[in-house]
Amino acid sequence: MDALVNKRIKQVLKGDQNAYADIVNLYQHKLYQVCFRMLSNKQEAEDIAQEAFIRAYINLHSYDQNRKFSTWLYRIATNLCIDRIRKKKPDYYLDAEVAGTEGLDMYSQIAADGQLPEEAVEQMELQDRIQYEISRLPDKYRSVIVLKYIEELSLLEISEILDMPLGTVKTRIHRGREALRKQLNNV
Amino acid sequence: MKMCPSQFVNYMHEYLDGDISREHEQELKHHLQACQDCQQHMHELSDTIAFIKSAAHIAAPPSFEDKVIKRLPKRKNSVGIKRWFRQHPVLVAAAVFCLFMSATLLGSFPNDDQFSVTKQPNLVVNGQTVIVPAGEVVKGDIVVKNGDIVIEGEVDGNVTVINGNYMASTAVVTGQVKEIDEAFGWLWYKIKKGFSDFTNMFE
Ligand SMILES: [Zn+2]
Repeated sequence: MDALVNKRIKQVLKGDQNAYADIVNLYQHKLYQVCFRMLSNKQEAEDIAQEAFIRAYINLHSYDQNRKFSTWLYRIATNLCIDRIRKKKPDYYLDAEVAGTEGLDMYSQIAADGQLPEEAVEQMELQDRIQYEISRLPDKYRSVIVLKYIEELSLLEISEILDMPLGTVKTRIHRGREALRKQLNNV
Repeated sequence: MKMCPSQFVNYMHEYLDGDISREHEQELKHHLQACQDCQQHMHELSDTIAFIKSAAHIAAPPSFEDKVIKRLPKRKNSVGIKRWFRQHPVLVAAAVFCLFMSATLLGSFPNDDQFSVTKQPNLVVNGQTVIVPAGEVVKGDIVVKNGDIVIEGEVDGNVTVINGNYMASTAVVTGQVKEIDEAFGWLWYKIKKGFSDFTNMFE
């Protein structure tokens, strides 16, 4: 697969825009999935995953072909997701204030304290519950947990994607697992 | 509840990452056989991992690929020019010669060592280094002469660095990035600009 990808990249760099469609086709599901798991919102996940492919295209000349292309793509996408999460925060608190004055729907309840009432959580389908628990993880644990257990990447790849030392990745995975364990066991 | 030494929880995580040493593994095994609390903790961690791993695969929407391709910036122009160059080597050589002779062109060669940069409102200049700060979007082209540029934000246009360095990691430049280091490079840049204006007339 790497040989094919590198061939396509060379074609794109020579100006063949159509060759990029194959690259998008190969990686679209992985990238969309990471974005969705990070952001918990289909529309935002689509926007950010598209943006990641566009930035990769624009900056393709700076991609080092000796390294894994997927690592580079994941890096662009996770950076965009983390930026988006940070930018979202002020709105998020704004919503919480509105919620206090306008009565509560499910979204504003999540927004208010990041937590749903217990009975609502217990009635969730498994897949919804998984995403809900991921969304409750602090950002810095969420990215490592998603890359490790949803994308099934090695710790080394995760350290390259997130541009942090292997030791930091391990610590975050340990803390992420503990955080998730506590969430699931109501500790 | 009695408290166990925290090293056992660390060993559990080493075990889960698959990089536990033989000694630690032995210690952990012995401890788990004797300690209900740690056994419980280990079970919960294993269950947590099984839970998160049962997440279904999520696919991008069917129109995803098309939408990305439609949003890509068009580069048709520069490709056309390169092809034209390749197909008409003699004409290119002639043109290079003519342009070499052109006084106006040689007159515009930056033979001074003066630092200069295109005026754009949100640029930060630090000595001879131009910075596009993170979070800022510069609309328009930037030309830096005898200095470096660091792009942390975004540039909606072309970036040209003459006798300097372009430094960017996750920067976004919608146009082309060029570094020009010497007299011939500068000439080439002028020629290409000339040609792109020229070929534009026929498109
Ligand atoms: Zn114990």
